[in-house]
Amino acid sequence: MNAAYEFVTGPLAWAAWGIFLLGSAWRLFSMYQLAKQKDAVSLSYMSLFYSMRSIVNWLIPFNALGWRKNPAMTVATFVFHICLLVAPIFLVAHVMLWDQSFGVSYVTIPDNVADIMTLVVIAACLFFAGRRIMQPEVRYITTPQDWVALVIVLAPFLTGFLAYHQLLDYDLMIILHVVAGEIMLAAIPFTRLSHMVFVAFTRAYMGSEFGGVRHARDW
Amino acid sequence: MHPPALWDWESGQRVILASMERPENVAWLEEYHISPDGERVAVLASLEEGGFTALVNGEAWENPFEKAWCPRFSPDGRFTAIVQQDGMWTLAVDGEAWEESFDFMWSTQFAPEGEAIAACIQSGGEYGLCIDGVTWETLYENASQCVLSADGKASAAVVQLAQLKPADIEAFKKGVYGVAVNGQSWDANFMNCWTPAFDAKGEHVAAQVRLNLYDYSIAVDGKTWNEIYGCVWEPRFNPATGKVVAPVRLNGRWGLAQDGQIIWEPRFGQCWQQIFSPDGKNIAAIVAPDFGKFTVAVNGKAWGVTFPVVTDLVICREGATVAALGCVDNADWQVLVNGRAWAGVWDMAWKPVISQVGGHVAAKVSKGKRQTIVVDGRAFAREFDQVFDPTFSPDGKKLLIRGIDKGSVVRIVADVAQA
Amino acid sequence: MGIADRLIEDVGLRGGVSKLTPEQIQKTVNAVISGETGAKLKAYAETCMRCGLCAQACHFSQSHPDDPSYTPAAKVQATMGVLLKTGGKVSPEFIYGMAQLAYTECNLCRRCVHYCPIGIDTGYIMSTVRRICHKLGVTPQYIQDTAHSHSATFNQMWVKDDEWTDTLMWQEDEAREEFPGLRIPLDKEGADIYYSVIAPEPKFRTQLIYQAAAIMHAAGVDWTMPSEPGWDNSDMCMFTGDFEMMGRLKRKHFESAQKLKVKRIVMGECGHAFRSVYDMGNRWVAWKMYPVPVIHSIEFFWELMKQGKIKLAKKYPGPVTVHDPCNVVRGRGHHEKLRELVRFLVDGPIIETASNREHNICCTAGGGVINCGPPFKNVRLDGSKAKAEELRATGVKTIVAPCHNCHGGLEDTVHRYKLDMHIKFLGDIIYECMEKPS
Repeated sequence: MNAAYEFVTGPLAWAAWGIFLLGSAWRLFSMYQLAKQKDAVSLSYMSLFYSMRSIVNWLIPFNALGWRKNPAMTVATFVFHICLLVAPIFLVAHVMLWDQSFGVSYVTIPDNVADIMTLVVIAACLFFAGRRIMQPEVRYITTPQDWVALVIVLAPFLTGFLAYHQLLDYDLMIILHVVAGEIMLAAIPFTRLSHMVFVAFTRAYMGSEFGGVRHARDW
Repeated sequence: MHPPALWDWESGQRVILASMERPENVAWLEEYHISPDGERVAVLASLEEGGFTALVNGEAWENPFEKAWCPRFSPDGRFTAIVQQDGMWTLAVDGEAWEESFDFMWSTQFAPEGEAIAACIQSGGEYGLCIDGVTWETLYENASQCVLSADGKASAAVVQLAQLKPADIEAFKKGVYGVAVNGQSWDANFMNCWTPAFDAKGEHVAAQVRLNLYDYSIAVDGKTWNEIYGCVWEPRFNPATGKVVAPVRLNGRWGLAQDGQIIWEPRFGQCWQQIFSPDGKNIAAIVAPDFGKFTVAVNGKAWGVTFPVVTDLVICREGATVAALGCVDNADWQVLVNGRAWAGVWDMAWKPVISQVGGHVAAKVSKGKRQTIVVDGRAFAREFDQVFDPTFSPDGKKLLIRGIDKGSVVRIVADVAQA
Repeated sequence: MGIADRLIEDVGLRGGVSKLTPEQIQKTVNAVISGETGAKLKAYAETCMRCGLCAQACHFSQSHPDDPSYTPAAKVQATMGVLLKTGGKVSPEFIYGMAQLAYTECNLCRRCVHYCPIGIDTGYIMSTVRRICHKLGVTPQYIQDTAHSHSATFNQMWVKDDEWTDTLMWQEDEAREEFPGLRIPLDKEGADIYYSVIAPEPKFRTQLIYQAAAIMHAAGVDWTMPSEPGWDNSDMCMFTGDFEMMGRLKRKHFESAQKLKVKRIVMGECGHAFRSVYDMGNRWVAWKMYPVPVIHSIEFFWELMKQGKIKLAKKYPGPVTVHDPCNVVRGRGHHEKLRELVRFLVDGPIIETASNREHNICCTAGGGVINCGPPFKNVRLDGSKAKAEELRATGVKTIVAPCHNCHGGLEDTVHRYKLDMHIKFLGDIIYECMEKPS
């Protein structure tokens, strides 16, 4: 077990982070190259002001029409993304790992808060899954890829929760948790999760066109 | 003919029409037009008792017409209008109507180097051209985009060769358009034909053709180039060699092709309105090296100065001087000469003219409600309510300025060096 | 569920599909995707999270609440999604359905933009699908005929050169009975305003030209209309996917105005033509923005109002509701000017539809859908149920709609859903209520 733990927190972690960071950078770079080559016309309308206007307006809950008309989805989406980012980044145990490996330490959140956030992520995943099953218009457009993305995100939180509460075999669970987290990182550039990399740019482009050319709100 | 060499080039100013008051029997006056030599000024007038006439230097035409429109001066100074008499339309030249009349008439054309006058006609639902009162023998389902050869001895138009039933998309796709030259259509038919153009001698005609919904090419005398393109623009004949040059689009970029061979690599976002120097050795065209940035390319090499919009490209006899206009928002206009923008920024500018000798450039410009002429970058000392395009004397030393100001029409001959 | 279950016979679609082979389809699909699309399409295809929020955005899905195949993301998945996934290995029959969906079940209205957190432009994807359909020769008969007319006459209604000028003269004559000395000045060089229309005006709606002339006359505007092709600002080629013709039309239109050295173009109350001049057609030509400013009638009338050049003899009896045409409101932000103008013209309040301003619901005629003609009329009217319900809820009798296509669509909608409403152009109201100089 120890050897396995060493492996997943050592070489495998390096690999996962490498794939995530380099993969994302490569995806961004190649997408930009493609845009310059094939979408030069669209690029020429990009505006920092209108990009930010759009991004900011969409980051305000219940501001965009789509958010207003879907309160449950809005709440789920916002808390899901906040918890998804905050819990793992500021978790005491994770910060300790950074400290042990690189001597880097920063602010943390109390474990009970992280625990609630984890539950929120799990609940949101279940909510998203529920929509995919129950809501006809979502079910109709759901593809296996969407389930894969959901499971990839759910897994590290579920395993983390189980490990933290030592509900099943802790040693196994912690390894599964680390692996699940690494899978998620590595999957970001190459699955639906790549929206994390691209969303700022698709939003910015739409904002630029609507602000600069169409003189209308895009939210 | 009345070439510029025979015009009055004595320096100084003459008043052509001292009073522009509306005569009592006239309900309203339309827009003023002036002959190229600046000796005659004409305006269509609606008469109080009904009908229209033209006032030329203040004198009404002998007979009024029911209606008159499309007022234009011929290059040799005859004033023409399309007029209606007894419900039928014809052309009046200095007040004399052609004998033949038609159900409708439009688009008066003049031979650039001849005396011929032509117009498009519709008669009994059939379409064609009438040149100096003589109608094409064959008329068509439709005829448009008519053009005259330089000497006016030949005429051409895009014609529709068969009737189309409503929404008959299959018949359209088989190709029902062609080009008729002197009323005789080419043997070939196409999905579309556009912008027929004559060679210098008036013997050959080239046009843009669309072979199907996607393939474009150029046809010369009815024979299509072997090459097809994603799109094409207007073909033009090299005046010296007789070769046909047209902008062509390949893989989304524009260049120039000559007789089907690429002569400017397709690397522009846009390329059109190519012109030749009369010796045929230089080609200039309006191009867009990048999206939203237009300029002029001469022999394939683009100028460094770019504007969102470039128009009105001209080239002089030996190709040593190339001029155009650049503008921002159709409001801030500048005259561009040989790759440099003149300093003045105008609300509007008109097509530059280049002297045949000396490479001087002049253009009509306006700011606010006033108009003037810029010559070699300097604004003429006087402003006008309205000014017409300037003309250089054949030796390039004098400039004819025709203007309307303070209620009179004046003709000014200025020394270019002092203008 | 899905387009395959609701195919409608159309001469253009059937004729086009009958000539296709799988090889040709694959070649064409990939030529367009690799040649004409890039990062935009790739990012959209990849980042759509299939959240389904867009279902509520689309009037087609709102009007078919039990059929999720009308959801914008579903429509993308059923068309471009399949092409991308299969690399274009699809059957001719698939192309039939894809074309029917792209041309008749999406108005390219872009309302889904307000619902998509990612910022996916479904209108762009559907336009690209139409582009592929055009390249395959599979387009509905009636809109294709319109595209043919554009190519042959530079207007969308086969109006011949003489018919155009003759119509203007006829309207001028008629108007002179009411306004002695009124002119429709033809080819007047250097005029402030070049007034451009769409071909249905000289063909069917000549009163709109009459009214425009009357308003110009009363307001003392220095204006002109061209006597030669270029006068029609409309652009159905933009909607068939024939972008080469779209560019040719825009060039013709703008060169016609540039030749006359006018300051601005004012266009009649049209929506799609506006999209073509500031958003799509100009780009194909490589103009970043229109080369001659194009002012929509809403803005032009608003200016005249602000300058005190329209004087009213009476106000139009309200209340009214306002229909926001997608291409001038979501496309160009003219909603507040439109309301200011309506408040000036109308005695009584504006009763807003539940979805208004940028968030308007499309008339279901736009994007070339009405131009696909009689075979698809029911598709369109079934899709306009959501709009009809919003209109009914206002309880008013008058809809102000400053767009030709919206008029056509709303007239049918009012009739189908028995709304007992009538539809007015701004020009109708201004002409009816203005002080008329004698």
